[in-house]
Amino acid sequence: MAAPSWRPTSAADSLESWPLVDRIGYRLAWATGGALCLVAGAIVLYMAVRGLQYLDLAQFTQHPTSDIDQSKSGGFFDPLLGTVLLTILGTLFAAPLGVATAIWLSEYGRPAGLARLVESGVEVVAGTPTIVMAIFGLLVFQQQFFGFLSLTAEGDAVLGRSFLVAATMMSLIALPLVVGATREALQSIPGHVREASYALGKTKAATIRRVLLPAARPGIGTGAALGMGRIAGDTAIVLILLGGTLQLEEANSFPLIGDLKGTGSTLTSYVYINSPAGEGNAPEKAYAAAFVLLMIVIALNFSIDRIARGRRPAWSV
Amino acid sequence: MERVSPDTGMQQEGPDEGVEPATPPPVRRIVIEREPTVVEPPAGNGTAPAEGRMQATGFGSPIRRPEPSSAPKIERMRAEGVTIAYSDKPAVRAVSMPVRQGEVLALIGPSGCGKTTMLRSFNRLVELTPTASRTGVISLDGQDIDTMEVTGLRRSVSMVFQQPNPFPMSVFDNVAYALREQGSGRPGREELLPAVSDALQRAGLWDEVSDTLDHPALRLSGGQQQRLCIARALAAQPEVLLLDEPCSALDPRSTQVIEELILRLRDDVAIVIVTHNMQQALRIADHVGFMFLGELVEYGHAEQVFGSPREPRTQDYVGGAFG
Repeated sequence: MAAPSWRPTSAADSLESWPLVDRIGYRLAWATGGALCLVAGAIVLYMAVRGLQYLDLAQFTQHPTSDIDQSKSGGFFDPLLGTVLLTILGTLFAAPLGVATAIWLSEYGRPAGLARLVESGVEVVAGTPTIVMAIFGLLVFQQQFFGFLSLTAEGDAVLGRSFLVAATMMSLIALPLVVGATREALQSIPGHVREASYALGKTKAATIRRVLLPAARPGIGTGAALGMGRIAGDTAIVLILLGGTLQLEEANSFPLIGDLKGTGSTLTSYVYINSPAGEGNAPEKAYAAAFVLLMIVIALNFSIDRIARGRRPAWSV
Repeated sequence: MERVSPDTGMQQEGPDEGVEPATPPPVRRIVIEREPTVVEPPAGNGTAPAEGRMQATGFGSPIRRPEPSSAPKIERMRAEGVTIAYSDKPAVRAVSMPVRQGEVLALIGPSGCGKTTMLRSFNRLVELTPTASRTGVISLDGQDIDTMEVTGLRRSVSMVFQQPNPFPMSVFDNVAYALREQGSGRPGREELLPAVSDALQRAGLWDEVSDTLDHPALRLSGGQQQRLCIARALAAQPEVLLLDEPCSALDPRSTQVIEELILRLRDDVAIVIVTHNMQQALRIADHVGFMFLGELVEYGHAEQVFGSPREPRTQDYVGGAFG
């Protein structure tokens, strides 16, 4: 049998023949990718080892206390609940606003000057450090006018810190992500799909509601999930606008509204307080809570992958 | 060659390229009331007589012409002196033509000749282009379409596009889409099922999807998707069906299915089809309008336009297609 006259060369074979610069570049790119994986793996692994070492299931259900004796300082039930509550609330505020903004920018966008202004507005919000947002939020929500969102002390002093206040500012973190992902999804829908709806005698509003929004749903989901990850991981707004109480403190006795107007903590602020930098100085608790927080954010990121890979309408352009 | 104004943005040929003409080319009014008469092209203009040319290029042998429909011919729409411009670039110039039920009207012509723009003016879809402007009158059953509610007009004059574009919903919901009114009081599934199944049957898709009406429409094959789009367009019982190159994204087998479908549908719906494919026009059209640089150069029976075109420009185009 005759030997094949041609066989495919692999990258490794031909690498030797590459110019030196290309070979260095190739190896650098390879090494960078590998290093990134190592760092990510190291974080997860380290947090898993330290976190699981101190984590026990009781911590999920115990209220935290400020006891110096670590065996009596409780778990992170309240911070966990705070993270969930704040994330859901912030996303609930951000999603409709973000989707509406994206629809206006993508489907109407007139006058063009206003559209450009809105676009830069969204970009400014996206670029603002959350600590700046938090300080600004405090300034705004301590005004008498917003007293209904938080505790009001005797003498009408408004506390300006509550779940509602923090979630409002948190929604500004998620908003640009929702706007961006939704806009991208809307713009990827070819024009003839819109025209097909108009050609069936539908108005623009009906087209948006019945065709464009369903088609953009994976994009909206991706944006919302990205936003949730950012909200769950933010610390500055929590420290300044959530009141800094370890446990959930109700503002009044109404079942849910009292909690929303009240103060509390999240996993991020709990980790901070229990870290050597905070006043609690209980690193074991900090590691356990940090591991849980990391798992939540990783789970959110995987759900984004699932959403993005989910059936996305494929029209030819 | 044709004198072409550069402001049409179309391909230009001939020695006077770049010369700014003061006026657009002369407009040929097509007398639509009169049946077209077959005219021999003038001798000695450099082209062979049409008959010989067609013979030489194999015209007539493999392509089967459709039998004329036995259904009565009813004039549904009429364009009178329609001129459409994008900004100040005219895309359609003083076009007049009738659209009749019981026959298929094919608009042919090279890219950018205005045939799609003309088609989109029949359901006022051209208005969606912000720079577009139109003069002339288009009527539906004698009523000026500019005086009609645009959503109502588009239910009567439906359209299918070049790319299959089912909506991201189930097969059933796609067909029911046009039937569902906006806002409250949406009719239920049982109410809509007869109309939906009727539309799917007319589009020849019922047998393939009757068990899978709740499956996402985007999982259908390309040919099925396009027939779904036709079913969707038929659901509201339109009087006119506009088809903008409906087969250009499809394989030959699906194309054949859709062409057979078009011939069946022409009995109770007036059909206007824009096509690049002259063989297709020959296979399904009863009347053909040849457009060139926005003008309706020739309008007549398909046999006449293809077999013995009166205009040298038609002859060049039709001849080129078979050459």
